[in-house]
Amino acid sequence: MSDTDRTRNEPGPERRGGPPRPPEVAPENGGVAQEHDRAAHELAAVAPMVSGQSVPVHPETARPAEVPSETRVEEHQERVIITPPVRPPTMGLRRPRLPRWTPLGLAVGSLAFAVAVGLVAGLDSRVQWGLIAALVFVAANFALTAAVEGRRQAVDKLALSLIWTSFLVAVLPLASLVWETVARGIPTVSWDFLTHSMNGVLSWQQGGGIYHALLATLQQVALASLIAIPIGLLTAVYLVEYGRGSLARAITFFVDVMTGIPSIVAGLFVLTLWIMALDFGYSGFAGALALSILMMPIVVRATEEMLKLVPNELREAALALGVPKWRVILKVVLPTAIGGITTGVMLAIARIAGETAPILLLVFGSNLINANPFEGPQSSLPLFVYEQWGYGTEEAYDRAWAAALVLIVLIMILNLVARGVARWKAPKTGR
Amino acid sequence: MAKRIDVNGLNAYYGGHKAIEDITLHVEPRSVTAFIGPSGCGKSTFLRTLNRMHEVTPGGRVEGEVLLDNENLYGPGVDPVQVRRTVGMVFQRPNPFPTMSIYDNVLAGVRLNGIRYSRSQLDDLVEKNLRGANLWKEVKDRLHKPGAGLSGGQQQRLCLARATAVEPDVLLMDEPCSALDPISTLAIEDLIDQMKSRYTIVIVTHNMQQAARVSERTAFFNLAGVGQPGRLIEVDATDKIFSNPSEKATEDYISGRFG
Amino acid sequence: MSPTTTASPPSTGRTGDRIFSGLSKGAGIALLAIMAAIAVFLTARAVVAIRANEGNFLTTFEWNANADPPVFGIAVLLFGTVASSLIAMLLAVPVAVGIALFISHYAPRRLATPIGYVVDLLAAVPSIIYGLWGALFLVPRLTGLYEWLDQFFGWTGVLSYDGSPARSLMTVGILLAIMILPIITSVTREVFLQTPKANEEAALALGATRWEVVRMAVLPFGRSGVISASMLGLGRALGETMAVATVLSPAFLINLSLLESGGATFAQNIASQFKEAGSMGRDALIASGLVLFLLTLVVNGAARLIIARHKEYSGAAA
Repeated sequence: MSDTDRTRNEPGPERRGGPPRPPEVAPENGGVAQEHDRAAHELAAVAPMVSGQSVPVHPETARPAEVPSETRVEEHQERVIITPPVRPPTMGLRRPRLPRWTPLGLAVGSLAFAVAVGLVAGLDSRVQWGLIAALVFVAANFALTAAVEGRRQAVDKLALSLIWTSFLVAVLPLASLVWETVARGIPTVSWDFLTHSMNGVLSWQQGGGIYHALLATLQQVALASLIAIPIGLLTAVYLVEYGRGSLARAITFFVDVMTGIPSIVAGLFVLTLWIMALDFGYSGFAGALALSILMMPIVVRATEEMLKLVPNELREAALALGVPKWRVILKVVLPTAIGGITTGVMLAIARIAGETAPILLLVFGSNLINANPFEGPQSSLPLFVYEQWGYGTEEAYDRAWAAALVLIVLIMILNLVARGVARWKAPKTGR
Repeated sequence: MAKRIDVNGLNAYYGGHKAIEDITLHVEPRSVTAFIGPSGCGKSTFLRTLNRMHEVTPGGRVEGEVLLDNENLYGPGVDPVQVRRTVGMVFQRPNPFPTMSIYDNVLAGVRLNGIRYSRSQLDDLVEKNLRGANLWKEVKDRLHKPGAGLSGGQQQRLCLARATAVEPDVLLMDEPCSALDPISTLAIEDLIDQMKSRYTIVIVTHNMQQAARVSERTAFFNLAGVGQPGRLIEVDATDKIFSNPSEKATEDYISGRFG
Repeated sequence: MSPTTTASPPSTGRTGDRIFSGLSKGAGIALLAIMAAIAVFLTARAVVAIRANEGNFLTTFEWNANADPPVFGIAVLLFGTVASSLIAMLLAVPVAVGIALFISHYAPRRLATPIGYVVDLLAAVPSIIYGLWGALFLVPRLTGLYEWLDQFFGWTGVLSYDGSPARSLMTVGILLAIMILPIITSVTREVFLQTPKANEEAALALGATRWEVVRMAVLPFGRSGVISASMLGLGRALGETMAVATVLSPAFLINLSLLESGGATFAQNIASQFKEAGSMGRDALIASGLVLFLLTLVVNGAARLIIARHKEYSGAAA
């Protein structure tokens, strides 16, 4: 490189030594002129090599930087800016790179190291082996990359390994959760299990089933939906189509607040109102009331989002035809958004179907089939799981896992159908 | 600093679709070259192959070579990060980082170097590059306000300052004025004129007057039909392209008889 | 509400409009009424309990609400709730951000979509199932880890361990972390995916590595989203009942060693004491429920405020 030679030719203040790239000497906008100057030098130096080039070299650009340019006159400052070098000393298109098999090699190496350490130190937990291996891998990868490829690349690789690690760390427990539920639940699930109650079955006995719980869950969820969906839908319609001013703002705010209500607090509220103040007994309906409180804000949010997506042109077009607003909403706006609303509602149902705490407080639990949700204690699937877990016998655990599996399957079906509806009815947009 | 670009037999793909085909082109250092052509002819795609931004698009793939002072950008062992560091880019829509101040926007690239600078050195860098982008006077009193608060033209000049702050060898501009009003456009064009003595500049533009105003050489791209890859029809001195092009297609396009 | 117009449209339309708008407004007001009722009814019962309380509601370390006179205080509950939720946040937020980045910017496309899908499904798994899994699968597997922690960090006091079954606040925290992970991840991922492509390309064109793109464009853009997602997760963790009730071996005391059993949380305490509670006992539980309600209210309110601020900011910027 002739950089150093060139910098010697250049007029201008002294610069810090070292970096091969010359710092720029830029008098205000005349920095351009300064650059012209250097460009001219550079060009002169390399002209023979790039002959035939059509870049014009104007005489004035080759003059020193002190030449006043038009832009300079209007500037009141006369400051000369000396900027530090911004290009790293080792700048090329290539950089030293570790061979492609390095991560694999490191992984094998750190695994072997971890196994060796584990065997020598007598660590019996495989989890510890894994942790040691992961730590060694991340550290070695960082150190090696920093040494060969540079610090930036090392940080990049560190981030990459941490992100992969976090993914793996999270996948393990979640996968185990699903696996355990399926593996431990399947042996107990049978037709009998689905069609019998726990009537007369003691905790240490085998057998019994979830019929009473399944039935009660379906009833409670249906009742909760009957209450929550109309209120939620209408509230969302109000917020999007009618709501202005402080009332709408207050509703929006409290819908958000309501989303965060712990389910047990909703249960306590219905307990104070329905059972303590109004003196009704425990019943499936009381549970449904609490569930509906949990469901409402989710329905409002989902519906609101969907209604907002309905283009205004559609509303205006219908209104311009003289159709009353309520008919526009019922016939145009809601049908357009129905896919998304259905999805939101089904996700809300899936969410409340797994709620246990309010059921515990309000429905009380029962081993018998009670098909009347308005009177007397019922059970519910999640509550059943909790009760069976509480008995603490192997037979009861089996039933708990089996009921958990049925519950998960129920909720997954709801979710998958909801997402199916969403995809099927999705407005055709980008992402 | 400025480097020459030699493109030889370049193809670019989006997944299975061939977007541009067999492009061979040479760009001299310290010159302004304009790419013109109808929409969808692949000029922007081609521009993005010059700093390896094309492969960022999912399915983006490139064949052929792009030599930057005789070093192939697509050669083995070449680091795309280094390529983009060397070949700066300004985009169609101004895209300052919305969460950063004007000051930090200018320094965004510089801070990646891992070199420690003193406060005054950073101040100098900001001032120099904002002056270079003719933006200093307008923003010097609000350097620490968000860059997103500027007008579109100012934002685009801020992006120019950000791109020049890392002292690239080449500056690519992808329709830099298409989202701007005429006055801001003029300001950017003036800037290009000032900067061509320092950088190799390649600009994609839809505006033929703009190509005629700012560039020394013009390349015309066209495609044979919908779904066909774009091709380079001809490249020549701008005067010649606009007065006496060698190809019929170019003449048709220039004179508005296109399509 | 709307200004009456002189020209009268067909009467059916007008009455229909009035009924419909009235209905929808009524629904909105009903929602507000429910919120108000929750606050009023809980407060009313809580006041009864706190009046009768012989101990100090805030500082008493006991829960004998069924005794005569009743003595109870929420200090232990507050400590247990906050400690376990904070552990959950410390563990879950970094991992959730990592997974969200993995899905939005690191994973190969073919992998990213199904993973995002699975994460959403996991967010729907009921907490009782997390509880069952936690009690029967996780607890026995944590003793090894706790012994190890005790060996190296036992001197801190916070991480000392006596070898009892791992039904402690730490276990609760770990389980809560696993539970809120999908929720935080799915909100965070959405925010990361919305990062303007233009900003990512700007960073790339300046010669940023992938991590530097994330740091320059993605994280600053998503920061408020991450914060609010974490707050939502925190709200979930604070109010979680079943997962805590199944895993924790409760004891009404504050044990600073988080690995050893003992402690209690608001929601868990309500669930496990409810069936044995008499009328005063219930009122006392309701009083503690009110505190939990206020706690989650503050946390969620803060989250919403952050989101709203962010919207304002980006709105002004656009």
